[in-house]
Amino acid sequence: MIPPMITTQDLTLRVDGRLLVERLDWRVNAGESWCVIGPNGAGKSTLLRTVAGLRSPDGGSVALAGKPLADWALPALARERAYLAQSRGDAFAYRVIETVLMARHPYHADRYWEGSDDHAAAEAALRTLDVQHLAERDVRTLSGGERQRVAIAALLAQDTPLLLLDEPANALDLAHQVAVTDLMSRLCREGRAVVSVGHDLNLAWSGATHALLLMGDGRWHAGTTGEVMGPDLLSACLGHPIAAIAHGTRTVFLPDAPGSNLSLAPVRNSQ
Amino acid sequence: MSVLPAASRTRQRLVLLVLGVCALLALAAAGLAGSVPLPFADLPGAFKSLLAGSRDGMTATLLDLRLGRASSAFATGAALALAGVMMQALVRNPLADPYVLGVSAGAAVGALAALLFGAALWMVDLGALAGAVGISLLLYLLARRDLAGGRGAARTGESGVLLLTGVVLASACMALVTLMLSVAPESRLRGMVFWMIGDLAGASWRLLPWIVLGAALLLAVRRARALNVMALHADAAVALGIDVAFERRFLFLCSGLLTACAVTTGGSIGFVGLVVPHACRYAFGPDHRILLPAATLAGGSFLVLADTLARTVLAPQQLPVGVLTSLIGVPVFLFQLHQLHLRRR
Repeated sequence: MIPPMITTQDLTLRVDGRLLVERLDWRVNAGESWCVIGPNGAGKSTLLRTVAGLRSPDGGSVALAGKPLADWALPALARERAYLAQSRGDAFAYRVIETVLMARHPYHADRYWEGSDDHAAAEAALRTLDVQHLAERDVRTLSGGERQRVAIAALLAQDTPLLLLDEPANALDLAHQVAVTDLMSRLCREGRAVVSVGHDLNLAWSGATHALLLMGDGRWHAGTTGEVMGPDLLSACLGHPIAAIAHGTRTVFLPDAPGSNLSLAPVRNSQ
Repeated sequence: MSVLPAASRTRQRLVLLVLGVCALLALAAAGLAGSVPLPFADLPGAFKSLLAGSRDGMTATLLDLRLGRASSAFATGAALALAGVMMQALVRNPLADPYVLGVSAGAAVGALAALLFGAALWMVDLGALAGAVGISLLLYLLARRDLAGGRGAARTGESGVLLLTGVVLASACMALVTLMLSVAPESRLRGMVFWMIGDLAGASWRLLPWIVLGAALLLAVRRARALNVMALHADAAVALGIDVAFERRFLFLCSGLLTACAVTTGGSIGFVGLVVPHACRYAFGPDHRILLPAATLAGGSFLVLADTLARTVLAPQQLPVGVLTSLIGVPVFLFQLHQLHLRRR
């Protein structure tokens, strides 16, 4: 049997003594696309960083492909999972193509210069994200959305079975939000696993197969989108009444009419 | 798209070839220029006797003195430029220079203390080295969590603890330096001030800076690809399988050693470590595979030329080379900064 891509056991996350996630038992299999939903400060990014191996768990354990995170050598881990950080500060004038070629680093233990296969992978990734025309540009001159698409292209070039994305739809225009969501679904159908953090429930619903709800106080709910993305649970999670409206074959999530709740403050304090 | 797989390799070779020729020209200029002109006819003979290890005749003696000083200048400039590139990658800021973490300030405390007590020249060098190493160790102890965070720690190097600690330690050292300058007797003040500005007047053939430079360059060029990824983004570097904590310690150690070597030879010569990496990045791009060797060659050539100017412009009067590097460096830097600003708008 193939071990799950991600297995967490009793995973507990704390930041500055504040409990974010308590005893999370979670399995992500190949071919599944998970979205992580929760209010600000609920630990979504912390969870993603922990699973990526960028910070250690505050309790419990994480295993990737059946092997505990601590047992992975860094280069091998880099061929197993890719991680899209929420923000990028570019200090140096790298060209777009260079930033994407750098994502091939884990495959380069034995060579100093990139080969034509790396260039092929990088150019294919740029084309997929519709940024091939920016290849020679200085990354610091890109707009927020362009930079985000280049970063996702780098992620593709890293060519890993597991992709962890922290708010991939950030700063993207509507067309590219949909395109990136479709791209992630396609990657899952090819047998990869995707975990993405996002705030857009409609994108999550259309792109993901599964959802993990972080309530912000340690509680969590994991399941297929059909199981956990009900209006009641989402309202409780996000601290605002949410209506799910059937529109043809699709479901549309809307913040409920202000008539039912005039206050702008969240019903439940997420802190 | 115009990027061919072999292009960057060819480009590296071409850039290094051109810069290598420039370095040889600079050294030749340093050998020929001076208050006493060398007759061309005597040069081959003088070279021969130098290679044979003797200094017969004035031409050979002058050539030996000038080339010895030029060799030290080259090693010093190259070390400063290389340390600058490393420091900029370490703190992920293109405006950092090798002195930003206080290594030169520490060296100044050691060297000036030795000068204050009228110690011998080798004691001054030793004082500078001890000061530089001492301040680096202190900084390492204070900022070791930021430097050596490793996997599992909070974001490595994003907090700026290292940079701020270095800046504060440097200002503490500068206070000590000011104290020593204010209590120093009149007769020793000139030597102390010259040391502070950076002066290569006493420099001659030295092997140690070349060994440190060679070793640091070799090690750095081997891990240039990792440095590229680190300079891009610390988190991304970990995600791409780079041991960021190890690389940061390596950068800290190497740039500290290089800077200590440079300030021991020539005092705190300003702007080489900031302007040369900056100019190279501007001209050849930020890829460390090209940048590291290019900045090393360019830094060495730059300081050889600056030092040759320093001893010929007002000959027989000799200027401290630090004055010239700053006079050249400031406008070059301002120009680049302005260009960058215009391009980014």
